[in-house]
Amino acid sequence: MFTAFLIKYAEIGVKGRNRYMFENALVDQIRFALDKVEGEFALRKTQGRIYVDAVSDFDFDETVDALKKVFGISGICPVVYVEDEGFEKLSETIVDYVKKVYPEGNKTFKVCARRARKNYPMDSMSINCELGGVILDHFPEMKVDVHNPDFEFSVEIREKIYIYSETIPGQGGMPVGTGGKAMLLLSGGIDSPVAGYMISKRGVKLEAVYFHAPPYTSERAKQKVVDLAKYVSVYSGPMKLHVINFTDIQLAIYEKCPHDELTIIMRRYMMRIAETIAKETECLGLVTGESIGQVASQTMQSLISTNEVCELPVYRPLIAFDKQDIVDISEKINTYETSIQPFEDCCTIFVAKHPVTKPNAKVIRGHEKNLDDVIDELVKTALETREIIEIE
Amino acid sequence: MEIYLDNSATTRAQREVVDIVSRVMYEDYGNPSSMHQKGVDAERYVKDAKEIIARLLKVQEKEIFFTSGGTESDNWALMGAASANSRAGRHLITTKVEHPAVAQTMEYLESIGYEVTYLPVDSKGVVRMDKLEEALRPDTILVSVMHVNNEVGAVQPVEEIGALIKRNNPKTLFHVDAVQSFGKYKIHPKKHHIDMLSVSGHKIHGPKGTGFLYIDEKVKIKPIVFGGGQQKGMRSGTENVPGTAGLGKACELIYKDLPADVERLYELKRYFTDRVLEISQVQVNGPLYEEGAPHIVSVSFGGVRSEVLLHALEDRGICVSAGSACATNKHTVSATLKSMGVAQDMLDSTIRFSFSIFTTKEELDYTLKCLNELLPMLRRYTRH
Repeated sequence: MFTAFLIKYAEIGVKGRNRYMFENALVDQIRFALDKVEGEFALRKTQGRIYVDAVSDFDFDETVDALKKVFGISGICPVVYVEDEGFEKLSETIVDYVKKVYPEGNKTFKVCARRARKNYPMDSMSINCELGGVILDHFPEMKVDVHNPDFEFSVEIREKIYIYSETIPGQGGMPVGTGGKAMLLLSGGIDSPVAGYMISKRGVKLEAVYFHAPPYTSERAKQKVVDLAKYVSVYSGPMKLHVINFTDIQLAIYEKCPHDELTIIMRRYMMRIAETIAKETECLGLVTGESIGQVASQTMQSLISTNEVCELPVYRPLIAFDKQDIVDISEKINTYETSIQPFEDCCTIFVAKHPVTKPNAKVIRGHEKNLDDVIDELVKTALETREIIEIE
Repeated sequence: MEIYLDNSATTRAQREVVDIVSRVMYEDYGNPSSMHQKGVDAERYVKDAKEIIARLLKVQEKEIFFTSGGTESDNWALMGAASANSRAGRHLITTKVEHPAVAQTMEYLESIGYEVTYLPVDSKGVVRMDKLEEALRPDTILVSVMHVNNEVGAVQPVEEIGALIKRNNPKTLFHVDAVQSFGKYKIHPKKHHIDMLSVSGHKIHGPKGTGFLYIDEKVKIKPIVFGGGQQKGMRSGTENVPGTAGLGKACELIYKDLPADVERLYELKRYFTDRVLEISQVQVNGPLYEEGAPHIVSVSFGGVRSEVLLHALEDRGICVSAGSACATNKHTVSATLKSMGVAQDMLDSTIRFSFSIFTTKEELDYTLKCLNELLPMLRRYTRH
């Protein structure tokens, strides 16, 4: 029955002169999302609206699912098109529509006609009244309620006539690409994919970096991160995943620095490396999955210490989230099952029994000096030998 | 370079096995149940495989049933025999070192009202006969013991066990999981008092998803797979003809030069064991040399986690198994090693090397060289 979708968007509407940019980005994202869906679609921008027209047979549920994952869409309205073949024909279509969409019948409604094509013989008010009458005649259990109806029939008179009444909620947020690009520090855990998803929801495109430590971490641990990046990319669009071989840096830290500071120093080098790649790839910030107090390296004191090595802003969308709230989102975006696969990641292999929870930045800087003779070379090698995986 | 020392996990297929599998899939692809010639041709492959296996085991062809592998064979033997004989008793006996295919099935049987006794093993992983004798009761309907342990290569005295069971009560059934021993030992169920025997194809250079269960014709057993009534209604489902043909071929080949092949494996095992024991902080688990199976050496390397050593070896092209899987602070400690009394810190440091007819001395030399290079480095960095 439905052959098109009207895409509603929220915040883009208020973007003034930049509006076309946001709309174009949204159209691109919709096109990307529908690429994987069975069926052919044409996209149209008209008078402040985006329409997705199906031009072949398509799978309704699959299409709606794909659209529900596009940031920037606040609502998706399935639309029925009718050729303008007179009011009789329109009435038949409406009756048919109500039968299919509201089989239970006992609802309140109102009709809301818009006459965009002004040469239509009836004005909006009379279309409302007449169609309302038709519906009441055919469905005696329905009632009109113009103030607070269960559903609102939109009837738009254009070249064709569009009928819709349901709005399926979308993701909200902003179309990816409108907010610049950021570098996500992606581990195999629960938090970082969620952080990537959330920052991306504000229109930010992502690149990601993963620190791999063979033989201490396995090929399967890396595969897990690739899988997680794929799940995030369902929302964020394609991204590049930079895989850094971190083993030698970790071993140097292990040899030369106090063991209770291993994690914090390791994280400082991760941030530095991530920032270097971020700058090379024109990212405007780093993104981590940190949340205050979750582990020793995420106390506010520790965050000072990891933060101070970067010039770029570090975005931490989960900073005030409880673990369970993060888990809930990870389940929603399908990353949870993958995240809990039990492979060792580089953050856990050398972790001390009692890592410092309130590191003193000055002390840390002092101990980091122990690495002076080797670290530049090691970092350089790590950057040069990185593997770049295209995630689509 | 690829050095595959994980033959207890699975093996590379023999070329002749691959050939027959592909011929059946592409040319003689009929369904044995079909009435036309294509079906008859296909059926012949199944018959041939059965004939080969029956001859090797010295049993009747009608006592061989093809399955999807070791796990299904074990499940069927235990579940099928337990339910068919529950009126005679509800007591079962097995060991603490069984493969999960047996251990988990036993746990399930416990959950539906059977009673199971788990026999302890000695420090070499061998079942204690006195404990078996104590455990046997008039209502014991089935004893299941694996022939060769998959983790350490301990060999159970199945002939003695069979004799003891039957002396106690000729009606008690004896099931042997021979997944790791078939193709390494000559097994004659009738002589060894074995009523049911599980075998898997891919451990003997055959295809994955193949195997069989030998069932003595006197055994009362129910099917666990129902359907179109293939294999005399005991195991429904269209026969896996290519797999079965490959399995038959693999069985034929593995026994062709058995004594010479086994002798070669023991030479390799002795050579490797002696040299690995020269490394510091090393212990070999289970029976040494000829006391154990010819193809399995379980080694604990003190001071290094097995997962790390495994990946470091992998980096050099060497494939092995971790003796006890350990993942992110969650330890699924090997029941076998634990039952044998291996110390806690060695459990996490255990690697299993397992050989096959394709293994060469050069490969072992290279592996030893890598171990000697990697261990000092890996032992420098450990978790606190």
